[in-house]
Amino acid sequence: MSVADVAIVGAGVVGCAMARRFTLEGAKVVLLDRGSDLLSGASKGNSAILHTGFDAPPGSIELSCMQAGYAEYLSIRESFNLPLLETGAMVVAWSEAERNALDGIEAQAKTNGVDTVRRLTAAEIRAREPELSMRALEALLVPGEHVIDPWSPFLGYLRQAAAHGAEISFATEVISGNFDGEVWTLQTTKGVRRAHTVINCAGLYGDRLDARLLGSASFQIKPRKGQFVVFDKAAAKLLKTIILPVPSERTKGVVLTRTAFGNVLVGPTAEEQDDRERATVEEKALRGLLAKAEEMVPALADVDVTAVYAGLRPATEEKAYRIAVHANRNWITVGGIRSTGLTASLGIAQHIFKLYRDLGNEHTAIVNPQTPRVPNLAENRPRDWQSAGYGEIVCHCEMVTLREIEQALSGPLPAGDFGGLRRRTRCGMGRCQGFYCNAQLAALTEGCFASPLAVGDAA
Amino acid sequence: MSAPFDVRSADVLIIGAGPAGLSAATHLKRLGVGNVMVVEREPIAGGIPRHCGHPPFGMREFGLVLTGPAYARRLVDRAVKAGVELQLKCSVVSIDYADDLIVTCASNRGPLTIVAKRVIVATGVRERPRSARLISGERPLGILNTGALQEYVYLQHLVPFRRPVIVGTELVSLSSLLTCRKIGAKPVAMIESRDRPTVRRVSMALPRLLGVPVRYGTRIADIKGRPRVEAVTLRLPDGSLEDVACDGVVFTGSFRPESALARSAGLEIDGGTGGPVIDQFARTSEPRIFAAGNVLHPVETAGWSWREGRRVGAFVAQDLDGKLSKPEHAIKLTPGTGIRYVVPQRLVPGGGGFDHLQLRAACEVSGVLVAHSRGRAIRQQPLTSGPERRILAPLAAFSEADADVIIGVDDRPSTTIRSGSACV
Repeated sequence: MSVADVAIVGAGVVGCAMARRFTLEGAKVVLLDRGSDLLSGASKGNSAILHTGFDAPPGSIELSCMQAGYAEYLSIRESFNLPLLETGAMVVAWSEAERNALDGIEAQAKTNGVDTVRRLTAAEIRAREPELSMRALEALLVPGEHVIDPWSPFLGYLRQAAAHGAEISFATEVISGNFDGEVWTLQTTKGVRRAHTVINCAGLYGDRLDARLLGSASFQIKPRKGQFVVFDKAAAKLLKTIILPVPSERTKGVVLTRTAFGNVLVGPTAEEQDDRERATVEEKALRGLLAKAEEMVPALADVDVTAVYAGLRPATEEKAYRIAVHANRNWITVGGIRSTGLTASLGIAQHIFKLYRDLGNEHTAIVNPQTPRVPNLAENRPRDWQSAGYGEIVCHCEMVTLREIEQALSGPLPAGDFGGLRRRTRCGMGRCQGFYCNAQLAALTEGCFASPLAVGDAA
Repeated sequence: MSAPFDVRSADVLIIGAGPAGLSAATHLKRLGVGNVMVVEREPIAGGIPRHCGHPPFGMREFGLVLTGPAYARRLVDRAVKAGVELQLKCSVVSIDYADDLIVTCASNRGPLTIVAKRVIVATGVRERPRSARLISGERPLGILNTGALQEYVYLQHLVPFRRPVIVGTELVSLSSLLTCRKIGAKPVAMIESRDRPTVRRVSMALPRLLGVPVRYGTRIADIKGRPRVEAVTLRLPDGSLEDVACDGVVFTGSFRPESALARSAGLEIDGGTGGPVIDQFARTSEPRIFAAGNVLHPVETAGWSWREGRRVGAFVAQDLDGKLSKPEHAIKLTPGTGIRYVVPQRLVPGGGGFDHLQLRAACEVSGVLVAHSRGRAIRQQPLTSGPERRILAPLAAFSEADADVIIGVDDRPSTTIRSGSACV
C-alpha cells in the first residue's frame, strides 16, 4: 500500500486549507473525514466574516494566522472566483461602560497592526447607517472587516488539492492507529491508510483523536453552541456595515451582518454543552436574537425570518489555539480553532507547513498550480441564472439553476449529502425553505446521497 | 445582466399562472384586450392546484368536481384558447418604472425584457416554514410544508416519510392527510396549539376516519434525529412533555404571500396580510400595477382566487380604457381589535370595484363587527368567527366614508374574544 506524506484528519475549514497548502508544497496528501461532505462539522455554522484580527490577543499565533489567512484570501480569491463584500465593521458602544472600553479596543487594534481603525461619533454612525438605533453612542470603525462566502472557498481549496493529486475520502472515521517510528498505520471505517505524518484537524473531535492515537490529549473540547437567525433579503437594504458588540472575555458576542448571499444575519449565541453532535435551535434563544437585532436595527421587526441554524464551535479550556507538534511521533495537532478559524484557515495551513518543514520534511512545491474556479453564489457577482442555457430555475428564492445543481452533483468533489448540496448551490436555503423546490431536489438527487431526501417511490 | 436576449411588449403582463393569474388573463382577452401575456416561473402552469392531487376543485368555475391537476389543466386550456400568451420557466427579477413598466425576466434563452402598460401581480402564497415559526430542535431531513409534500407525491411520485406528525388544523392540513393516504403514509398525530381546530369541527371527521389522533393545546417542543427525523417532543396542555416517534413533520398552513417581488418592486406592503396594499380596484401603491389572488390575502380557495382574478382582469381592462377612478384621495381601511387584516386597505372616492371587504379574525371572536370613522360607527354586523375563516362585509357600506376607517370587533361585554389564541 502506498504511503502518503501526510494524512490530514478532518475536512473542515482548517483541514481543507491544510490539504491545499501541503499539496501545493509538493506533499502527497490524504484527507480523511468521518462526514459525507466537507465542512459537515463545526465549520458549517459560522458568521462568514473575514476578520482583520483587530481584537485578537496581541502576539498570539491566532493573530498571526488570522492576518496571514486574511492576506492570502485577498490574494487568491479572484483566481478562485470568490466574493468579498467590503463592508467594514463597527464596534458599537451602546452604553457608557462600553464607550469607555473603545479606547482599549482601538489601542489593541493598533498594537495588532490594524491601523485603519477610527472612531465614529453618534452623528457619523447615523450618517453611515441611518437605520441603526439612535441608542448607538459611539463606535470604532474597522474598515478591513469583510464578508465572504463561508463555504465555497473550501470547495475551491479542496478541488485544487484534488487536481494536484490529493486523495479525499469521506465517510472515513479514524478508529485507531499505530506509529512504527516512520509510518502511521491508521485503521479507518474505510480500511487502512498509511502516512508518514498525521495532522489532526478533527475540530470537535480533536481531543478524542489525540487520545485515541497518542494515548492522551493535552486539551479538552468543550463544544460551544452558536445559534443564528437569517433575515429575508428585504433586510439587506437596512444595513451596510457589520455591527459588532464590544466583546466580553468569553465571546465575540452577537454580530449583526449582511451575508454574501444578500441576507442579514444575527448571531451567534454562546452556549456551553457536552454533546458534540446535537446542535439544536431553541425558540427562546432565537427570540432573544431577534430582539437583539431589532434593538440594533428597529426596522428589522418588519422583516420575515428566512432561516435559523445552530453550529458548535470547538472551544477548549483556553481561548488560544491548541497547536502541538509531537516531533518524535510525526503528529501535529491543530485543535481548539474557534470562530476565527474561517479567517485564519489559510494562515494556519502556512504556519503548520512551516512547523512540518522544521521537522526535516522536504518536498518540491508544484510550479504553476491550476486554480479551479468555483461557482459564484454571492449576489454582488454574476450568478449562473444570468447566462443562458441554465435549463430551469429549481430554487426560486435563491435563483439556483438546474445547471448548477447538476454540476454540484457531478464532477470533482460532488455533494455528498443534502447539506453539501445546499452549501454548494444555496438550493432550499431561501425564504420558502423548500416549499417550492424540495420535492424536485429529492428527484434530482435520487441515488446521490447515503441519506436520500425521499424514502421511497409512490405507487 | 448582459444585453437582453429579447424585448417584448404587452398590454397587460400577468405574473404568476395560478388560478387568479390565469382567470385574469383569460378574462382580459375575452374583454378584447390585445396583447395579454402570463409569465410563470414553473415549467407547468396552474399554480398550487397542479400538485393538489385530490378533489374538490372547479365547482364554481366548471360546475364539476375535479382534482387539482385536472382543474389546473382546464384553466390553462381556457387561457390558451382565449389567446393568452403563456411564458413558462420565466422568472421575473425586477420591475422598473418608465413610460411603461419594464419587467425583466430570467429565462433559459437569456434575459427577457417585457414592456407592459399594466402588470398584475398574482404570485400566490406559501406556507410558513419551520424556520420562520422558530420551532426548537434539530434540523434533520423529513421536515416539509404541505406544498412540498404534495409535490413529492403528485408531481415527483416520491415518498418523503411514512409516519409524520402533522402540525396544524387548517383546510390545507386536511390536504396533508389525504396526500399521506395516497402514499400509504400513516400520520402518527395531528397537533394544534389552540384548544380547537381551525377548520370547522365537522371537517375533523377526516382525521377520525383515517385513525389519526388529533391533539389540541399541543406544541412541538423539540425535533430529534440525524440525519432524518426520529421523534418530536410534544408540550402538552398541562405543560408536560411527551416524545412521539415519527419520521417526518409537516408544517401546514400559516400562509404568507409570496410577495418578495412586490417588495422589491417598491410596492407598499400591508403588515396584516404580508401582501401588497390595494384599493377597491386591486391597484397597488404603483397604480399601473394590480394584484390578484392569494398574494393579497392568505389564504383563500382556488375558486375564490379564480373569481377574484376575473374581477381584477375587468378592472384592468377598464383602466386601459381610462374608466377607473383616479387613485387619489384614498381613505385607509385598517384592522382594529380582533381583526388581523382587511383587503382592500384603500378606498378611493366614487365607489365601484370589489363588492366586499375581505377580513380575517385574529382569534376566536363572537360579537359585532363595527367600522368606525371619525369616531362614529358607520357599519355594524354580527360576527362569530375564528382565524383563517372567510369574513366579508359589503364595501358599499363604506362608500360614504370621507375619513379613515377602523374595522374591529366591538369590545362591549356581550362580545367575547375567547381565549385559546392570542388576540391583539
